[in-house]
Amino acid sequence: MINFLLFPIIVPFFVAMVLLFFPSKVKAQRTITMLALVINLVISLRLIHLVHTKGIQVVTLGSWDAPFGISMVSDMFSALLVTSTSIIALFVVWTSMFSVGIEREKHFYYPGILFLLTGVNGAFTTGDIFNMFVFFEVLLMASYLLIVLGGEKKQLRESIKYILVNVTSSALFVITVGYLYAVVGTLNMADISQKIAQVNQPGILTVIAVLFLVVFGFKSAIFPLFFWLPKSYAAPPIPVLALFGALLTKVGVYAIIRTYTLFFIHDTAFTHELLMILSIITIVFGLIGALAYFDVKQIIIYNIIIAVGVILFGASIMNETAMEGAIFYLLHDILLKGALFLLIGVLIHVTGTTNLRKMGGVLSTHPVLAWSYLIAAFGLVGIPPLSGFIGKLLIVKGAIEGDELILSLVILLSSLGVLLSVIRIFIHAFWGEAPQEVMYKKDAHYRALLVPAVIITAITVFYGVGAEVLMPYVTQATSTLMNPLEYIQAVLGGA
Amino acid sequence: MEILMSFVIGFLFMAAVYLMLSRSLLRIIIGTAVLSHGAHLLLLTMGGFGGDAPPVLQHGETSYVDPLPQALILTAIVISFGVTAFFLVLAYRSYQELETDNMNLLRGIDEDD
Repeated sequence: MINFLLFPIIVPFFVAMVLLFFPSKVKAQRTITMLALVINLVISLRLIHLVHTKGIQVVTLGSWDAPFGISMVSDMFSALLVTSTSIIALFVVWTSMFSVGIEREKHFYYPGILFLLTGVNGAFTTGDIFNMFVFFEVLLMASYLLIVLGGEKKQLRESIKYILVNVTSSALFVITVGYLYAVVGTLNMADISQKIAQVNQPGILTVIAVLFLVVFGFKSAIFPLFFWLPKSYAAPPIPVLALFGALLTKVGVYAIIRTYTLFFIHDTAFTHELLMILSIITIVFGLIGALAYFDVKQIIIYNIIIAVGVILFGASIMNETAMEGAIFYLLHDILLKGALFLLIGVLIHVTGTTNLRKMGGVLSTHPVLAWSYLIAAFGLVGIPPLSGFIGKLLIVKGAIEGDELILSLVILLSSLGVLLSVIRIFIHAFWGEAPQEVMYKKDAHYRALLVPAVIITAITVFYGVGAEVLMPYVTQATSTLMNPLEYIQAVLGGA
Repeated sequence: MEILMSFVIGFLFMAAVYLMLSRSLLRIIIGTAVLSHGAHLLLLTMGGFGGDAPPVLQHGETSYVDPLPQALILTAIVISFGVTAFFLVLAYRSYQELETDNMNLLRGIDEDD
């Protein structure tokens, strides 16, 4: 047994605790945080390699055997997500140094980000449903801090609603875990899966499945439960928004995929059908939002909701191809949403506004920003050979294999809507003439912000072009998700 | 016992929902606290009652209490107290800053962003 898979949780947690002691030494905070994140990235890459060569990694804390102790499990799916998380966090912190302002940095901004990472990585890695709740709370606590840090009027107003929604859904999470415990009498995820297989999923477990969908639906912003997201996410500064947009909803998506491929697989007629319908409606509502606004932040925020719908649609089909597509698209979306938000951040810095009507002609003054944005936008829409294309192709192919021809057409048509929404930013902000009274900034600050945004855009391009290299890993992740027995055997030891 | 507990939990949820639907921020916070305590009570009940000895296996006890729900509640209570404390501080700060605790007045409009 190797404890290696615990490092992505422990490293940020430990560093964050150390950083709490000297909040006003900003330079030290920045250096140590960057160092920790680089270490974290190296560790998570090594973890992928370890899982790839040696199979699923399991640690049972305190060496209490699996169904009784708490187990931490790292299969390929979670290892890939942990790695994407590390990449995004690295670039967000890099940008933060130039944009969140010294006051925020002095008030525990970096520890907040590191605690958020602890929670996110923990939720991806845990093999125990109650610990998933605990790690959700860790990341939510950190996100409460980050969303309100700075104390602007708008932030205070929106964070009240954000916290209220999340407290309610957390209470529901506890209730659901209680129901599940009453029915199957265990909390270990592998053991739950096995027990549910033994009783062949009676109706009560379908109820619990839907309750889980509601709980995680709040976090991942699927159709009826996304109402809180657009305004709450618009309140904090751009780097925080990038981190939230890239990671927080994806944790909910991860939890839905995990529970719906590991627990509730014996009677999919109702639950997965429900998930499919909800994800399609999510896409439609996200599109309406993305096309309705003339505010750059809101347009990209609504694109988060669309992506969640696409990923969950892929997952709900439950065949190999669509699941591969869902995983690929999930990773793509984490990286690309990070890139887009950082680029939008630069655009907002340059023009000094988020309103598209007040922008124009940035292409002629800031060509690098404009072309990077165009590439990122095309990646989001799914123009080959960029990364969105491969994910969507696999999802649609899987949907056709699973006889969901009409719904797969919705996915394809939604790409057009996404194209329209993001290209509108390009047309209004980058093309045309600048409004006369505005002088666009082009200072050292602009260049400092641009570098991380451009690098992460380049990474998303490599992610699409180099898909051939990454596919074995995605395939391995898919095979674990599609055959829960692998996961169960790894955790419970051949039982 | 389970029947009685169901009534208590139901009452707590009812009170929580009533409080959370009111306009005053302070009432909403109390509502969330009551809601989470209802959830904890439910978690305890879900473990099942019965058993009157502590869960020590060596002494030959056959009718012992399930220890797991209690461990879970301990964790959940700590978390919910932490969140409630944070929420109260946030409410105080936003009362200072926004000069209202009426949720109707906290509705954001696009123009003032």
